[in-house]
Amino acid sequence: MDWHEAFKGLSSDLPAAAAEHEDEERRGLFGRLRENLGKAGGALREHFRTILFDGITDDLWEQIEEALIFADVGVEATVRIVEQLEREASEQHLTSRDELLGCLAGIVARLLQPDDPDERLIDVSGEPAVILVVGVNGTGKTTTIGKLAFRLAELGKTPLMVAADTFRAAAVEQLSEWASRVGCEIVRQAPGSDPAAVVYDGIAAARSRGAGVVIVDTAGRLHTQVNLMNELAKVRRVIGKQIPGAPHETLLVIDATTGQNGLRQAQVFAEAVAVTGVVLTKLDGSAKGGIVIAIREELGIPIKLIGVGERLEDLRPFDPDEFARALFLDETPAGS
Amino acid sequence: MFDSLSERLQGVFGELRGHGKLSEADVDKAMREIRLALLEADVNFKVVRQFVNHVKERALGAEVMESLTPAQQVVKIVNEELIALMGSGDSRLAFSGRPPTVILVAGLQGSGKTTTCAKLARFLQKDGKRPVLIAADVYRPAAIDQLVTLAERVGAPVYAPGAHVDPVDIATDGVAFAREKGDVAIIDTAGRLHVDDELMEELVRIRKAVKPHNILLVIDAMTGQDAVNAAEQFKQRVDIDGVVLTKLDGDARGGAALSVRAVTGKPIKFSSTGEKLDDFDAFHPDRMASRILGMGDVLTLIEKAQTDISDKEAARLEERLRRADFTFEDFLDQLKQVRKMGSLSSIVGLLPGVPGMKELKNAQIDERQMDRIEAIVFSMTPEERRHPDVIDGSRRQRIARGSGTQVADVNRLLKQFREMKKMLKQMAGPKGGLLGKLPGFGGP
Repeated sequence: MDWHEAFKGLSSDLPAAAAEHEDEERRGLFGRLRENLGKAGGALREHFRTILFDGITDDLWEQIEEALIFADVGVEATVRIVEQLEREASEQHLTSRDELLGCLAGIVARLLQPDDPDERLIDVSGEPAVILVVGVNGTGKTTTIGKLAFRLAELGKTPLMVAADTFRAAAVEQLSEWASRVGCEIVRQAPGSDPAAVVYDGIAAARSRGAGVVIVDTAGRLHTQVNLMNELAKVRRVIGKQIPGAPHETLLVIDATTGQNGLRQAQVFAEAVAVTGVVLTKLDGSAKGGIVIAIREELGIPIKLIGVGERLEDLRPFDPDEFARALFLDETPAGS
Repeated sequence: MFDSLSERLQGVFGELRGHGKLSEADVDKAMREIRLALLEADVNFKVVRQFVNHVKERALGAEVMESLTPAQQVVKIVNEELIALMGSGDSRLAFSGRPPTVILVAGLQGSGKTTTCAKLARFLQKDGKRPVLIAADVYRPAAIDQLVTLAERVGAPVYAPGAHVDPVDIATDGVAFAREKGDVAIIDTAGRLHVDDELMEELVRIRKAVKPHNILLVIDAMTGQDAVNAAEQFKQRVDIDGVVLTKLDGDARGGAALSVRAVTGKPIKFSSTGEKLDDFDAFHPDRMASRILGMGDVLTLIEKAQTDISDKEAARLEERLRRADFTFEDFLDQLKQVRKMGSLSSIVGLLPGVPGMKELKNAQIDERQMDRIEAIVFSMTPEERRHPDVIDGSRRQRIARGSGTQVADVNRLLKQFREMKKMLKQMAGPKGGLLGKLPGFGGP
């Protein structure tokens, strides 16, 4: 999937530079992504290779379960996936390792596939469109905003960042650094200011300056901190009062190393601020990010973006097939 | 923290309690539940297998069968195995005979290294040390600013030559700086992936250059199965001495703690439990095990009370509580004392029985509500604080205006205060007092 296909509301004539860049990336970056996802999938594939050479034995299903558990898919989702795999394997009389892995990747990809293809798009059709970025501490919200703004600018939008993380020391400076790298405007206030007030200013500024997409950075907060969650809900209300229907997107950033708590995070954040999509970050490590399967399955929240590195370019639209296949299979993802 | 795991285990043992004796089927059922609970708690599956085998072996032994209360016996075994797994006893920092003691703080991106450095500095200050912070994260935008700001807040000197300097040089010069300015050097490093060869090599170079007395790996308590990979790699490459477990104020079950300890054999030295710089504590595996089993963590609370409230203050407070002659001034004092100990929710989390008590767990402690109460009391005249009975309608309006609250808020506080006073009168006696139930406050 290309970047210009990841958004809803882009102008139909793509800037030439962006198109050229995408062509280049289709060659270069897919390889990189595969390599990165390959790292994540490597241990798992190794696991499968050793267990699957002996054919389908009694221990096999338990070992597949463990492999899924190891990918942080979680007990419940794992049990359901394995049951489904058993059913399909027996219906289709699967006997070889490759067939079984292909079947497994297919099941996972289907689980991650949104019901409606539009669901995975990031809606930037509003004028201005508002994207609220939320998550627990240290998942990579600020970095994600930098990369997202970079993409939007490249695709001909005018992003404007709003530094509503007024709590963490130097969070505003961190976002400012990204804004200057991307070359976009940023609205900020003194540390300790009311985040809702910063957001209010930010949207007013976006209107007067004609910015196309407002991206709001918020302080990392544990979903168990009720006051902070209330504060976030207030930020959202302030946005909605200024622009009916906004925020058009509320992206929850989840770190791929997160275990089962990720599901709880998604649940609580979704209740507080109506999350429209998940950004899965830090997939360039050895963590597999399997928790997004449980999040998609149990809460129905689509995964929209993945982070695969520290460079501006290292944010990608999420592709369920690619993700599942890169996780379980050796072969090159389809279509690249 | 860990409450779901303890709830789960309590569920298992609740069932076991109903039986007179344990059959093998009972034990199997309990083990299955424990296995599932541990997996859901993000304990690495290999560690889970090992753990469950140990527990089962011991549970099936004669000691359980012959015991009068088999359920308690199983609780004891699980507790002991948890302690064995997470290490036993205190895990203190190594201090050098020739200062400065050098502490290198490393970890993955976003695990909380910079905050941990500041909290650790505060923690050491309370112990009479003079920590110096060193900003060697030159990669993340504004990471240096963050450490400098936190150092100011903590009141510790900071060495931060900037983002254009080589981290190895920053570390080396920073230690020299610390020799002048203090006795402990805490080096904040950039977050790095354990699969990133280049950055791991940089960490090795820093280690070789400054020869730290302690290398601490910071691990997010919400980490899943991958915690073992990261911990193992950091251990192999830079030979960590211990682990700091962060973000424990969330509801993550924190199985990473068990996994990391089991896989690296390195102790967890500290736990970080909140947004405030004081929300940081020595990690005690035995207490953590008790906590996992829902037995609370009274010892940590006692230690907190001891460092944060001087004996004299505590005695004065107790005296007032005994007198049951309680004014808004005392109330304010008391509020301050309690808040000094850290955020209220983190204190409540340490109380025994709380993890299992649904109603208390769901009762939200609103810190901002506390701010409002403080504001209301601050808006009273000294006369009003001592004799709240004089507060009439117009005074209430003035107080509400002064504190930026509503008259209804003032009324509510006055009513609560009257009720509390009544309660204190009833409780007047050696064990009386609002805080009498807390350890360290003269309770039983």
